[in-house]
Amino acid sequence: MAEAEESRAGGAAKPLFAGLSDVSISEDIPVEGEITVPVGSHSPDEDYSTLDEPVKDTIMRDLKAVGKKFVHVMYPKKSSALLRDWDLWGPLVLCVSLALMLQGGSADSKEDGGPQFAEVFVIIWFGAVVITLNSKLLGGTISFFQSLCVLGYCVLPLTVAMLVCRLVLLASSGTVSFIVRLVVVMAMFGWSTLASTAFLADSQPPNRKALVVYPIFLFYFIISWMILTFTPQ
Amino acid sequence: MATVDDLKFQEFDDAANLLAGNPDATTISIDEPSENPKNQYGLLQDSRREEDDELLGTDDSDKTELLAGQKKSAPFWTFEYYQTFFDVDTYQVLDRIKGSVFPIPGKNFVRLYIRSNPDLYGPFWICATLVFAIAISGNLSNFFIHLGKPAYRYVPEFRKVSIAATAIYAYAWLVPLALWGFLMWRNSKVMNIVSYSFLEIVCVYGYSLFIYIPTAILWIIPQKAVRWILVMVALCLSGSVLVMTFWPAVRDDNRRIALATMVTVVLLHALLAIGCLAYFFDAPDLNVLIPTAAAQNGTIVATKTQ
Repeated sequence: MAEAEESRAGGAAKPLFAGLSDVSISEDIPVEGEITVPVGSHSPDEDYSTLDEPVKDTIMRDLKAVGKKFVHVMYPKKSSALLRDWDLWGPLVLCVSLALMLQGGSADSKEDGGPQFAEVFVIIWFGAVVITLNSKLLGGTISFFQSLCVLGYCVLPLTVAMLVCRLVLLASSGTVSFIVRLVVVMAMFGWSTLASTAFLADSQPPNRKALVVYPIFLFYFIISWMILTFTPQ
Repeated sequence: MATVDDLKFQEFDDAANLLAGNPDATTISIDEPSENPKNQYGLLQDSRREEDDELLGTDDSDKTELLAGQKKSAPFWTFEYYQTFFDVDTYQVLDRIKGSVFPIPGKNFVRLYIRSNPDLYGPFWICATLVFAIAISGNLSNFFIHLGKPAYRYVPEFRKVSIAATAIYAYAWLVPLALWGFLMWRNSKVMNIVSYSFLEIVCVYGYSLFIYIPTAILWIIPQKAVRWILVMVALCLSGSVLVMTFWPAVRDDNRRIALATMVTVVLLHALLAIGCLAYFFDAPDLNVLIPTAAAQNGTIVATKTQ
């Protein structure tokens, strides 16, 4: 704008843009806009180091993070480490191993058998999504993936229970083994529910805590039921 | 509908007082049957209005309907819009469940408990619990019934969960949709005092299904008489909640249509219960046949060896 005014004021004798070097933006012309220099989240040195590190280091870093979260689940103190750095590797591994262990070879028997792999997978992930949506709709302050992360990691005690049940069923399948399995599954179900409640209940408004805890209870109850009623071929 | 809203708003403060003071006055409001000449009903109108006040609670209907219209102001594609359907506290949900299990005669469930704050938490989670309660109880009951049989192998019967889920969620959402559509259609023909929004009907149906959860768990007992008594009790309790809720909405209509609507509502409710009982729970009298067959086999073998 300033250049156009200057060239018009100078008359037709001056060539176009001749007075450009004299142009200065005066104070009464407001200059607006955002002048920000985007700062990259990684400085060049950091990029350099993670690209060049051995693959073992990269994998071990993620594995250590997952392992640390497993420990947090087994000993649920009110630490927020699980919430802050969420990841979904642990839940995926747990879900896949639980679904695999629930396949007792019932695929080749008649249809009314145990749950198929896809059914277990869908129940766990769809159930976790529904519970997260429920807690967010009730006014919870936790983020979507943090809640998925916590619910997925707290399936760990139930996966341990599934392992124990399979080992007990290898030994015998009478009433005694059923009682042992019942006790183990009930204990792990209580552990799972308490662990996930310890992490999730703080982010809810206090007069709605029970409304949020009940679906978590139902979710782990259904998974426990699937583990308890597992019958090998 | 803007003119009707204007008319309602003008009488916002006075409707209850006017009606209480001068029951025979003709009021210009969509909620009142102003076209009925008083010499046809006379005393009946007074008693009906008292009955309405009892059934409607202490609020007057146009105030609560106005509030219902003003509450959901967020556009439907935002998350906040759906949060308004979960605006309940723990004690409110528990109160609503209690109101659906112990119906107070003469009190309307919607006006007493919902009060223009319908929630979707109750219907959704009660249906989910009911699905798994029926599937698990059916599985357990079949296990106990067939326990003695030598050829019986326990199977978890996981397929039945999806069937139960389809049936119950279809009942809890499609039947309220049909009922709401029907009531809207009748509302356009006959002016009713009471009309419910779709969410309120979903809410009533969802909470009325709660009684079936303990019923399903008690159905594990393998006695036919016990099971049928449970069905009757559950049906009486939740059916009466439904009838008391919807009777004011169809009462002003043609007598036959009103009765047919009520009968259909109760019949569908009964059909759900009996259908679940028949499909998920095996008949317990098989237990009686097996010992007699084994006894017969035993006697045949005994005679052969002799």
